[in-house]
Amino acid sequence: MIKKSKKDSTDSNRIEIRLSGSGGQGLIFAGVLLAESVGIYEGKNVAQTQSYGPEARGGASRSDVVIADGPIYYPKSMSLDILIALTQQACDEYYPALKEYGVLIVDSGLVRQLPTDNAYAIPFTHIARTEVGTPVVTNVVALGALAAITGIVNVKNLEKVLLSRAPKGTEEKNKLALSEGYKIGKELLKQRETELVERF
Amino acid sequence: MSENNVRLFQGNEACSFGALAAGVNFFGGYPITPSTEIAEILARELPKRGGHFIQMEDEIGSIAAVIGASVAGAKAMTATSGPGFSLMQENLGYAFMIEAPCVVVNVQRGGPSTGLPTKVAQADTMQAKWGSHGDYNPIVLTASSVEDAYYKTIRAVNLSEKYRNPVILLLDEVLGHMREKIHIPEEDEIKIVNRLKPTVPPEWYQPFEITPTHISPMAGYGEGYRFHMTGLTHDPWGFPTAKSSEIKEKMDKLMLKISQNVDDISTYKEEFIEDSHIIVIAYGITARVAQQAVRIARHKRFKVGLFQPETLWPFPDKGLKKALENANLAIVAELNQGQMIREVQRLAPKKTKIVGAFRYDGELITPDEIVNKIKEAN
Repeated sequence: MIKKSKKDSTDSNRIEIRLSGSGGQGLIFAGVLLAESVGIYEGKNVAQTQSYGPEARGGASRSDVVIADGPIYYPKSMSLDILIALTQQACDEYYPALKEYGVLIVDSGLVRQLPTDNAYAIPFTHIARTEVGTPVVTNVVALGALAAITGIVNVKNLEKVLLSRAPKGTEEKNKLALSEGYKIGKELLKQRETELVERF
Repeated sequence: MSENNVRLFQGNEACSFGALAAGVNFFGGYPITPSTEIAEILARELPKRGGHFIQMEDEIGSIAAVIGASVAGAKAMTATSGPGFSLMQENLGYAFMIEAPCVVVNVQRGGPSTGLPTKVAQADTMQAKWGSHGDYNPIVLTASSVEDAYYKTIRAVNLSEKYRNPVILLLDEVLGHMREKIHIPEEDEIKIVNRLKPTVPPEWYQPFEITPTHISPMAGYGEGYRFHMTGLTHDPWGFPTAKSSEIKEKMDKLMLKISQNVDDISTYKEEFIEDSHIIVIAYGITARVAQQAVRIARHKRFKVGLFQPETLWPFPDKGLKKALENANLAIVAELNQGQMIREVQRLAPKKTKIVGAFRYDGELITPDEIVNKIKEAN
């Protein structure tokens, strides 16, 4: 699914993921969960970096996760394989950095103008609010969907890391958020495959 | 090495645990972004291990507390960033004068003044060398990965103990906050250096004794040795002197204990130097970018190598001179408007064209920017 560009031919199976949106959406935490799952439980090399403003909430926020079998030299993204955008601004700003066959995943409630027909648009915030009861877990819903759609991380490992890192008392809500995200990701993927089969 | 010892750490976490592994048992500090995690972690971890953490009223007090702890025999450290590092300069000069071993970690952010709290820079490169007044000889180390931050913190503590000198560790915002995997070694795999202690009876003790190595044994206050320390230029007993022979002796001692041991202190890394006539020079996080850039450029058939100072001061003069022997182009990549480039200008052969790849907008330079400099200048 993920095609490699020529530029990365110096690296072994380098995959670049960006989680972007605004401060308070939990994107840096999501990046940490992803990096720990892939790095510690799946034996890959990982580098997780972040960019944020001095504000605790609001303002642009992003987290890059680079995964590779070999050493990771430049720790940030050069051209993205996967972009998760939870705001319109983040989608507009980072979509040009996405590779031609890269995967775009957006919050359909917050990103109304899609730059491509191939985006996976999922109402993460809405799902978090209605299915789990709090928008705080939006990031975890998105991670579940990411695991289902791209297969870059095993959702079981994500759950392990999530339960070890989540604040006490939030375990059940986080577990539910992850599985809801995973479920809708799988549904969307299946739907996409059916469409492809019908087209040919 | 068991898998249990593999962790996903931030650079700042690695630095904190490196400090603990090196035997740091005192931290005096004032939290400042992007170094705050180091204070947070050591505030939690030091008391558990019988160590002490104290949050001071500001950075002036912080470095003062660190120096006090050091002369009482502790392995003492602080962590800060630009504005705090500036405040520490006067007392840091005092630490150099009384030869108090201690470690100052500066997680660099954009400046001048409060500048860019959450954004990266390497603009304290020269301040780390020249920040306080007078002639002194700082040891300044850098790190370029999370694992490197762990080991360079241990090395910083060891060097400060070995040479009875303050050591500055220059990290940066990207590395401080970046997470990577790190193998935590077993305790017995780590080499620890402790300061030389006096073996003479207390009444014979000279805290600044002139020795062949220029390093004087250091008693801790409270260990039975009665001695004096002052920021005024002093004789071997630690009392102010105005005798030119004693002044010169002291000043030589401060310089020579470091400059005679450059080969032990100043380390660097090289890649693809042998066949290259273009050399990229970069330190810290920028060296990571350069590693990528060099590989991309070599893929495009440019003969490019990388020289990475690991010790910034004393600068690895010999190593760079040798690396540039056959170079007709040197690209100096740094996150400032041109600081380390001065060292390259000082050391490069006349035939070498020197070009800066500078970025100072709060973002990390990209591999493409360095590759483009190579293409343009070649």
